[in-house]
Amino acid sequence: MSRAFSREWLLSDAPASRAQAAWGRRYQGWVAFRRNPLALGGLVVAPAMLALALAAPLLATHDPGTQILGQRLQPPSAEHWLGTDELGRDIWSRILYGGRITLGMVVAVVVLVAPVGLLVGAAAGYAGGTLDRLLMRVTDVFLAFPRLILALAFVAAMKPGIGSAVAAIALTAWPPYARLARAEALGIRSADFVAAARMTGASPLRIVLRHVAPVCVPSLIVRVTLDMSSIILTAAGLGFLGLGAQPPLPEWGTMIATGRRFILEQWWVPVIPGMAIFLASLAFNLLGDGLRDVLDPKQR
Amino acid sequence: MNGEALAEIRNLRVDFPTPTGWLHAVRGVSFTIGREKLAIVGESGSGKSVTGRALMRLLPRRARIGADTLRFGGTDVLTAPDRAMRRLRGARMGLILQDPKFSLNPVMPAGRQIAEAWRAHKGGSRAEAKDAAMTLLEQVLIRDPRRVFDAYPHELSGGMGQRVMIAMMLAPGPDLLIADEPTSALDATVQTEILRLIDRLVSERGMGLLLISHDLPLVSRFCDRVAVMYAGRVMEELPARDLASATHPYTRGLLRCLPRLAERQERLPVLRRDPAWLADDAR
Amino acid sequence: MRRIATPRVRALLATLASIPITLFGLVLVTFLIGRVVPIDPVLAIVGDRAPQEVVERARIELGLDRPLPEQFVTYLGQLLSGDLGRSVMTANPVTEDVIRYFPATFELATAAILLAILIGVPLGVLAAVRQGTLTDQAIRLFCLTGHSLPVFVLGLLSLLVFYAGLGWAPGPGRQGLMFQDMVDVRTGVLTLDAALAGDWGAFRDALAHLAQPAGVLAFFSLAYIARMTRAFMLNELLSEYVTTARAKGLSEARIVWGHAFRNTAVPLVTVLALTYAGLLEGAVLTETIFAWPGLGQYLTVSLLNADMNAVLGATLVIGLIYVALNLCADLLYRLLDPRVRT
Repeated sequence: MSRAFSREWLLSDAPASRAQAAWGRRYQGWVAFRRNPLALGGLVVAPAMLALALAAPLLATHDPGTQILGQRLQPPSAEHWLGTDELGRDIWSRILYGGRITLGMVVAVVVLVAPVGLLVGAAAGYAGGTLDRLLMRVTDVFLAFPRLILALAFVAAMKPGIGSAVAAIALTAWPPYARLARAEALGIRSADFVAAARMTGASPLRIVLRHVAPVCVPSLIVRVTLDMSSIILTAAGLGFLGLGAQPPLPEWGTMIATGRRFILEQWWVPVIPGMAIFLASLAFNLLGDGLRDVLDPKQR
Repeated sequence: MNGEALAEIRNLRVDFPTPTGWLHAVRGVSFTIGREKLAIVGESGSGKSVTGRALMRLLPRRARIGADTLRFGGTDVLTAPDRAMRRLRGARMGLILQDPKFSLNPVMPAGRQIAEAWRAHKGGSRAEAKDAAMTLLEQVLIRDPRRVFDAYPHELSGGMGQRVMIAMMLAPGPDLLIADEPTSALDATVQTEILRLIDRLVSERGMGLLLISHDLPLVSRFCDRVAVMYAGRVMEELPARDLASATHPYTRGLLRCLPRLAERQERLPVLRRDPAWLADDAR
Repeated sequence: MRRIATPRVRALLATLASIPITLFGLVLVTFLIGRVVPIDPVLAIVGDRAPQEVVERARIELGLDRPLPEQFVTYLGQLLSGDLGRSVMTANPVTEDVIRYFPATFELATAAILLAILIGVPLGVLAAVRQGTLTDQAIRLFCLTGHSLPVFVLGLLSLLVFYAGLGWAPGPGRQGLMFQDMVDVRTGVLTLDAALAGDWGAFRDALAHLAQPAGVLAFFSLAYIARMTRAFMLNELLSEYVTTARAKGLSEARIVWGHAFRNTAVPLVTVLALTYAGLLEGAVLTETIFAWPGLGQYLTVSLLNADMNAVLGATLVIGLIYVALNLCADLLYRLLDPRVRT
């Protein structure tokens, strides 16, 4: 009997308990994931960016809103690590605080959208029949719009701002999750364990919540991680068009919008926030790709 | 064995990389084959398909192939450049796969695939290739060659698909035909027909046949010699007519496990696998 | 009768039948966004600086004092007769504006997709054939970049490098000042019109101006197309029929293009149609950067002016095009895959 949690124990061909089998699977998944250097990069960078954003007050060198008009449009230097913008504000500090806004918006969207999509899809897939058809029609309509365009129209109707932007993106982002969850739910609705739960008198709500929904979670996690990158791009896009966070807030897209006219001479003003968006999006993409290869190889 | 050998294999080893180490699929297989019918029989995972494909060098790139000798005709398969292998494949060696649903190109009409095989090695115009293909379709006993020529693979039954496959591989006129489980995906009634067809065509053309299968009684009826493989090694090699008097415990075990209608059996015997057969020097 | 109602035809009819429902949903959503979401829809249409009498008059004129379902029916009726309302900004009917600005977007999107296909597909095939090698890794990294870089950032960088830095590309806009209004508008597609008129100077100028925005827009679809092509090809290269083709002794080129790629072409065409639809989104942002006078710019300018009629009209039209392209993709798939044909 090998020692618990040793490599031998995890890779054993004949696990002695369910827990050992589960841990073995997780370890194998981790080994497979580890072999992909790009995915590891994503695993490091993505949370790092979130951490940096959270730690903004600790890491910022200046106040992001303070305008020093005498030092406008300075290139990167020892005092201002990433230079200053058109109103003399320190770009490094603005990037950090802007990360809170941009990444915060994205996290808010995901937190709203994933559970709702999961439940709607799981319920639709499990219930079948008219409920399923109705819910699928609704998702079809939302999927019929290009995401950004619908978000634009929605924000236009409300006052532009972070709240409307988050709501607008959430509105367009939930259908794919519902579809994904529904596809998984359809697969297991006739499974034995579901029938067993039904026979022991579990209510449909309980079945959906405790039995069907958990099965859909792995593919949803993959999709969420991959989606994060495109939600980051959409949020930044809205900011760029002036519909997200409004100036003087240092949201990355907004910073590019206001700094845009300096592209030819003081290029760092719009390009640095652009690189921040790129890095965040890339990190989540790499992470999502790596997760997908490990958790759901057929989705390749 | 009559005449010279077409292929000679000595101590063939094939390994595949897996996340947890190397998988030794073939561990020292040796045999020669001339213009005769040799069957390689074994269960799933015995390495029989891998052996057949190794001879044509059709294994995935990540496989590691090694042998003391791996020759076809005058060519050393281990070291031959890709161009030389391409000349061998089709023109001198053919391969029939198991399921025509997957082994035929789904978006190309069947006849064109046969014509393509013919043209690749014999040259000639499209019209000539089409004629040759029609002739071949008749030779594999397809009653309506015109319809089959234009049909897509999914429109053909399993038996017809295999006949197309046979026609396609015989088109360039090879010396050796490797048939990898050619009847396993077919109905029982069709199986014998197809094997008889292969048998006749191979005999008529004086070709060699390497028949890979898991069905011991089936191959013993059609082949001259049988090699029994287990866990990557050849356990025993003997003439087909001497099968009943096999000496190796694995072969005897296999024979004993076959249900017989003529005898009365209370229980089906179970094959007991001796771990000694897995040892590196097992024979 | 039975011969006509084959499974294929039935599936086709089912798809077609779901279109009106989707369109209905589209219209409903735009209606709701226009009338229900804003706090005061009238202000949204006339602008919040209009005097009180104008607001009240507009409310009655636009029928906004009527119950919601009645408003919806009127809205539907207007749409079916092609009336998308009037734009506050340009004072034109929105329909007219859309027709005027659409060709520029069409030109941009079409140029972009052609570029994306010409470069993306061969890249994807190359990556698949050389799987695991440095070439493959490089192409995959390139695709990832395409997925992660915002369009507007690339556009700005492109302006910086190719316009300001190297001087290869002309600046924003569709034409140089010299050629403004020199070419008769026939199709609205400037390059075509210039070619049709035989004005090669204007043609070259239009093409030069088209190159950068089309290139930037193409970058993203290119990355996606290359990635999908690679995925499809990898899948096909593992198939049994590829082994058969190898066993026949065919050349590598013939196997890759004549066999594997031919099977890839079917799902790939669907991907291409959907990518074209996705370009509409990218166009909105690209047009803003390059001052390209297309539907995307119309939409963003209307947004900034809170011109709801224009915004909703443009949104609806783009939504319609999107649905049409999705339908095309579906039909193409059925048409091309022989397995679906019988």
